Amino acid sequence: MPRIRDIAKVCKSKNAGPFELTVDVVFDSPALYERVKASGVLGPDLFARLYGVSANQVLFTPYDAASAFKATFPRLLPSGEVGDTDVYGCQQHAPLLDVEIPV
Amino acid sequence: MASGRTERRARACPPCGPVRSWGRRVNEVRLLSTSAILGYGFPEASLEAGMARRPHMIGVDGGSVDPGPYYLGAGKPFCSVMAIRRDLRLMLRAAVGAGIPLVIGTSGGSGGAPHLELVAGLAREIAREEGLRFRMALIGAEPERADLLARLAAGRVRPLAGLPPLDAGTVERAARIVGMMGPEPFAEAMAGGAQVILAGRSSDPAPWAAMCLRAGLPPAPAWYAGKMLECGATPSIPKGHDCLFVTVRDDGVECEPLNPIRRCTPLSVANHSLHENASPIHHVEPGGLLDTAACRFDAVSDRAVRISGMTWTPAAQYTVKLEGVELAGYRTICVCGTRDPLLIGRIDTFLEEIRGIVAEKAAAFGATPERYRLAFRVYGRDGVMGEREPLRDTTPHELGFVIEAVGETQEIATAVLGIARTNMLHTDFPGRLCREGNMAFPFSPSDIEVGAVYRFSIYHVLELDDPREIFPITYEEV
Repeated sequence: MPRIRDIAKVCKSKNAGPFELTVDVVFDSPALYERVKASGVLGPDLFARLYGVSANQVLFTPYDAASAFKATFPRLLPSGEVGDTDVYGCQQHAPLLDVEIPV
Repeated sequence: MASGRTERRARACPPCGPVRSWGRRVNEVRLLSTSAILGYGFPEASLEAGMARRPHMIGVDGGSVDPGPYYLGAGKPFCSVMAIRRDLRLMLRAAVGAGIPLVIGTSGGSGGAPHLELVAGLAREIAREEGLRFRMALIGAEPERADLLARLAAGRVRPLAGLPPLDAGTVERAARIVGMMGPEPFAEAMAGGAQVILAGRSSDPAPWAAMCLRAGLPPAPAWYAGKMLECGATPSIPKGHDCLFVTVRDDGVECEPLNPIRRCTPLSVANHSLHENASPIHHVEPGGLLDTAACRFDAVSDRAVRISGMTWTPAAQYTVKLEGVELAGYRTICVCGTRDPLLIGRIDTFLEEIRGIVAEKAAAFGATPERYRLAFRVYGRDGVMGEREPLRDTTPHELGFVIEAVGETQEIATAVLGIARTNMLHTDFPGRLCREGNMAFPFSPSDIEVGAVYRFSIYHVLELDDPREIFPITYEEV
């Protein structure tokens, strides 16, 4: 089964302000995007499981115009707080790469 | 010539709500952004190519909250002064030479008073060296503490991102607080005849939106243009720190990079809507909401894209974001690593033992546990993702450590770190063969005093009656 790393054009994370992390998965064709969307794999539950938050803390938005999915949820610690590991939040995407999508 | 006349403009304008459009109407506004941040650098040829297309304004975003709380707290830029000076010199020459405005938001990285003054000082210095003359406006973004407390008491501050409500103690403790201005203070400075506008903390698109709104263009494309321009050539591929040219009309926005090696594609531009926002569709700005759900991205050439269909809904209440930080202590760190499989096999137990030794020895010289925090960041295991690391139990052949002590004082942090480092190096463990030492240190000295540590303490919104009321404008003839 193809993994996100095999079929996505972009898979990235970044701060959305100092207190939240936002993760984007982008496809380069609307048709593929629609198939991924229809698979139902990408959604609040997936992000909740991968990042240890509850599903109702995940703001999940499919963005048809860009063939993209976005999930935003709380950081473990605010950016730059004592104990934070990733001030920019840009290296938190890796657990998604191996998620399998039945397309 | 650095100069002469400085006047503080009286804040006598009547209160006004979010401005929808100002001034005379034009068919299009052409805008040139040099890069994502002042000091990231850009090719001179890109700026020249952009100037040849007769922009109405050039500008650049001067900062970001992304590099973390330190820069706002310490009043320092996160780009070097040398790099900022280089970019600013080229931009001042181009703008003053062409007689168009140069507008910079979030000056100096965080947009506090020292950040703004740093960039203003550089502008004066460059003007002197280059023989440039211009009217400059500085827009402050650090609200007076007493004023902010009064607004807080009046119930005009609300939390963001799940934070608790703001209390007076947090305001009083803050090392620095900035408000994030919208386009209205920029528009006032433009109306005040300033050719060079340097602002403190600003919403990234605000300077660009101000120019478009003043020209009578509708807010939706005005704000969308700002969203594209705030990151320079980032909406193009390949990504790089470079210039972007945007043409704004009533019915949409056209984006094109100025370096022939880059191009904007419908995908590259659409992707930029995702950047650093909680939602790709709803972009909350001072005074309203930019909605990109119905956007269309059409290639107008193999390197330019036209975006249309964005909408703008004015907010019932005008708000600006507040960002504040407070001192969290002082940090000392040390970098080291192990290549010993016997130690790697029992690293958690080993680190716990070191913690115990440090607690005892540090308490003996007066650094009791409540006066510091000690952390072992383990690279090769979970240094990047911490608790969220799914693969923390795989066994690597080497591990890197950043030992970190954050203390009430620098002296305590350094003393605790010193004990931790010594014991990481020399402590025995069962089965130990490497009896001369457990750690490889890449540096001498091994311990690095990092200085003050800040934490974000304020991330709230403040309601305003007049979008300009906490952003004073000062004019000077340079």
